[in-house]
Amino acid sequence: MNNEPLIFEHSRPGRVNRAQSAHFAGDLDGIPENMRRKQPPALPEVSELDAVRHYTRLSQRNFSIDTHFYPLGSCTMKYNPRACNTLASLPGFLGRHPQQREADSQGILACLWELQEMLREVTGMTAVSLTPMAGAQGEFAGVAMIRAYHDARGDHQRSEILVPDAAHGTNPATATMCGYTVREIPTDAQGDVDVEALKAAVGPNTAGIMLTNPSTLGVFERRIHEIARIVHEAGGLLYYDGANLNAILGKVKPGDMGFDVIHMNLHKTFSTPHGGGGPGAGPVGVSERLRPFLPIPVVGREDDGSYRWLDERDLPQTIGRLSAHIGNTGILLRAYIYALLLGREGMTRIADFATLNANYLMVKLREAGFDLALPERRATHEFIVTLKRQAKEPGVTAMDVAKRLLDYGFHAPTTYFPLIVPECLLIEPTETESKETLDAFVEAMAAIQAEAEKDVETLKGAPYSLPVRRLDDVKAARELDLRWQAAG
Amino acid sequence: MSNVPSELKYTKAHEWVRDEGDGSVTVGITDHAQELLGDMVYVELPEPGAALEAGEECAVVESVKAASDVYAPVTGEVIDINGDLEEMPEVVNRDPYGDGWLFHMKLEDEAELDGLLDAEAYIELIAEESH
Amino acid sequence: MPFIPHTEADVAAMLEAIGVAHIEDLFDEIPPELRAGSLDGLPEGRDELAVSQQLRAHAARDAQPLCFAGGGAYEHHIPAAVWEITSRGEYYSAYTPYQAEASQGTLQLLYEFQTMMAELTALEVSNASLYDGATALAEAVLMAVRGNRKSKARRILMPRSVHPRYRAVVETIVRHQGITLELLDFDASGGHIAPPTLPAEPGDVTALVIPQPNYFGALEDADALTDWAHAHGALVIGVVNPTAMAVIAPPGEWGEQGADIACGEGQPLGIPLASGGPYFGFLCCTQKLVRQMPGRIIGATEDLDGQRGYVLTLQAREQHIRRSKATSNICTNQGLMTTAATLYMTLMGPQGLARVAAQCHANTRALVERLCAIDGVTPLFERPRFHEAALRLPRPALEVLDALAERGILGGIDLSADYPGLGDALLVCATETRSEADLDAYASALREVLSA
Repeated sequence: MNNEPLIFEHSRPGRVNRAQSAHFAGDLDGIPENMRRKQPPALPEVSELDAVRHYTRLSQRNFSIDTHFYPLGSCTMKYNPRACNTLASLPGFLGRHPQQREADSQGILACLWELQEMLREVTGMTAVSLTPMAGAQGEFAGVAMIRAYHDARGDHQRSEILVPDAAHGTNPATATMCGYTVREIPTDAQGDVDVEALKAAVGPNTAGIMLTNPSTLGVFERRIHEIARIVHEAGGLLYYDGANLNAILGKVKPGDMGFDVIHMNLHKTFSTPHGGGGPGAGPVGVSERLRPFLPIPVVGREDDGSYRWLDERDLPQTIGRLSAHIGNTGILLRAYIYALLLGREGMTRIADFATLNANYLMVKLREAGFDLALPERRATHEFIVTLKRQAKEPGVTAMDVAKRLLDYGFHAPTTYFPLIVPECLLIEPTETESKETLDAFVEAMAAIQAEAEKDVETLKGAPYSLPVRRLDDVKAARELDLRWQAAG
Repeated sequence: MSNVPSELKYTKAHEWVRDEGDGSVTVGITDHAQELLGDMVYVELPEPGAALEAGEECAVVESVKAASDVYAPVTGEVIDINGDLEEMPEVVNRDPYGDGWLFHMKLEDEAELDGLLDAEAYIELIAEESH
Repeated sequence: MPFIPHTEADVAAMLEAIGVAHIEDLFDEIPPELRAGSLDGLPEGRDELAVSQQLRAHAARDAQPLCFAGGGAYEHHIPAAVWEITSRGEYYSAYTPYQAEASQGTLQLLYEFQTMMAELTALEVSNASLYDGATALAEAVLMAVRGNRKSKARRILMPRSVHPRYRAVVETIVRHQGITLELLDFDASGGHIAPPTLPAEPGDVTALVIPQPNYFGALEDADALTDWAHAHGALVIGVVNPTAMAVIAPPGEWGEQGADIACGEGQPLGIPLASGGPYFGFLCCTQKLVRQMPGRIIGATEDLDGQRGYVLTLQAREQHIRRSKATSNICTNQGLMTTAATLYMTLMGPQGLARVAAQCHANTRALVERLCAIDGVTPLFERPRFHEAALRLPRPALEVLDALAERGILGGIDLSADYPGLGDALLVCATETRSEADLDAYASALREVLSA
């Protein structure tokens, strides 16, 4: 396929797109000469058609849920209903300035309050704040609340957060941002947290533990009650990473598992768009003892049924603000619309069919000759295939299979995560995919396996049918080229 | 099997230490370590003159898929660093025990060298870890 | 079942393949005592028509006043093509471009975005965005602390003329890092940081934050402040409005050496007001600091055939590799918003953006003139400004804003909550979207309110 030049290469000096700003006649009279910009920024100078054509062409160089099966484990790439986008983009929502007074904003506040209540219900937590702008920010809010809780009790010796070795990288990174040191807890052969190691690790320094359940290994943490008891008895709190909430929605509530604080990824479980890498939304839910520390603002409802923002006057012990305004409201609206469309029954079916699809795909791939990382376990909404055997003979890595899958028209699963499973593919089909799609994926995997046995080099050179062949990451990192510059 | 020269000392963190015989040592990462990390893309070195405690993080070696801390193998002062690595980190892959050295330290206590692993013990360590 | 394609025959065949009788059997590893009851608190699912009616009703409940508020969120005209293209499923429903070969569209677009932001700020490099302007400032502060190796104090000078919410967010995020945020007061007559009031011997300073324009819309003496900071070994962090950058000296050109880091709110570049989000934060810096930069960064490289292509690079700084030692815990950025911003900057071009900036500036000047013709209304500060102005009112701003709201006007932002010392003060803004008639409408409404 041909290269699409950069927009700057389409640019011609003096080509002006008048439609957008023809009638402006403003001057800069109020700004002294020495404060003004001397050379204009080298933004592209193109026509509207140039721009539309270029960015439409670029879009066609992407895989996306709308165009391809995207079984990216741990990312829950399910269909993003169009109604959520259309309705969240109503002019009444899009045009509202964040400083518009509450009396004139009861519509949006009602939506957000109802979403807060629905998230409270599905998680079994006492209170929810919608403000974190992504999962990682929700994690930050959660751990900051754990810290605020211990600090408020004068319990300053707790300096350590426990994190299973299979955890998402955001967990230890977040703990560090909150001033904690991180202690890793090993996972046992069955994929559960090693409870003996946990017992040995907890103590008066333990501030809390960060857990994902189902874990990143795609299995349910069966001894969660015992883990909760051990950590609570040591005086620590339990943090729930909601990355895998899709697997248990309506089946188990994190609040019932003993968690004190949880974040949700609305761009996963509640099907808001991933947008090529965001925006997300990472609301947090808390148990009663952490409620005073919730990040602000939170939507409150008065006795007369009106809504208002709760801020530091209402929550004087809050960990504070996480965004200039109120978070990613447009994303929250999409999640709200999704929740309304699904309702009570639909929510439970998410877990049912996500789990059905994952277990079916797992069984079919095993039948096709692939090894499972945890063959004794039930899959949750995702599962892990390991290519450890194939890496030795015939010498095919997870990366090779991932790249070859692209040629077959499938986005690759998550590769090399979790870090503790060698040559792994973490596969999450989600509930919105049909049996036909799953069968076609199995066929593609089987075909790739056959190719590997015949000639490994076929896979090493993949992909062949995409806009580019395999790209050189090493060159990119060694010879940093992070922006275009005019020649000469 | 990766190369483990018998005349060097080693640490559990996969660094090698060469006794220069004048109260100073040269430090780098082992052949085994560079193999594990893969193609090196960046090396961050300590400031010359920095006083390091044994076990202190003092450098980072970075590949595309991993970044690994380098710890001071002994206590002492950094007297020289391998500035060439800034432009050519790949030298660590090509010649980990030679041109790919990281830094030079003045020892505070020569007896500390006795606490390090010898080649035989290091080979055993690799064998255990890759089990 | 909404969005679930399975037929009964599919389900039966799949269960048979798995070897269980019911879907429920797939949850047999969950201890029974944990199983949740029903989700009684949730409403029943509704179809698209019903939900659509409900949402339209909610949206219609909110007033849509004529907007003269800014404070970090500005109403600009967004060319139609921006969201027409951004909403394409290939952008909307893709994820972080981990599989580079299958994500060249997003990756090339982000590379173009990085180039445009670096151009706007006149710095060498940009990342692929952060959550919003406030968190971008927090990350810039953390970056400066890592990047200024000579400074040991972890001490940041933060002017009070920086957006109060940005300061609050920085406080929340860096609180546990042993960093001191030292407030700098603004000049009573100009509303800016007066360079002569800066200490001659400030001691160990890690970085100075310079807002341009500042929260009051006033322009800082960025050259003198930058030189002062550099003379004392401090890095310079510019918090800038991207529209203003088309016409006002950009951070990379401040003082003798230029600022080291620039960050800010990207919303003015094609993102709707939308109640405050999603927006995006931008972060640019000198080449020297690039490895301290948090978030995604895209780099150009070659494929096996030597053809140009783009990948996520410098990933070893990031949480998924570096874990507890990452530069930040950030994972997702605001990809879709940067898609819109890239289209916006492309469609505007350097001339279009400069014209928008000039029109905003002129409109705000005209608004200030009209409003200050009313008895008791005066500019709070005498200082060149971009497109926002702080005004003194003869009555409490909150009261005035309420009365204006009754007349369909969002009259600005009450400054007294964040700056009680300023008395009855209001922050106003008129972007290019406000017409002469709008300005007149505001002036006559305010005259009416104040004479009541």
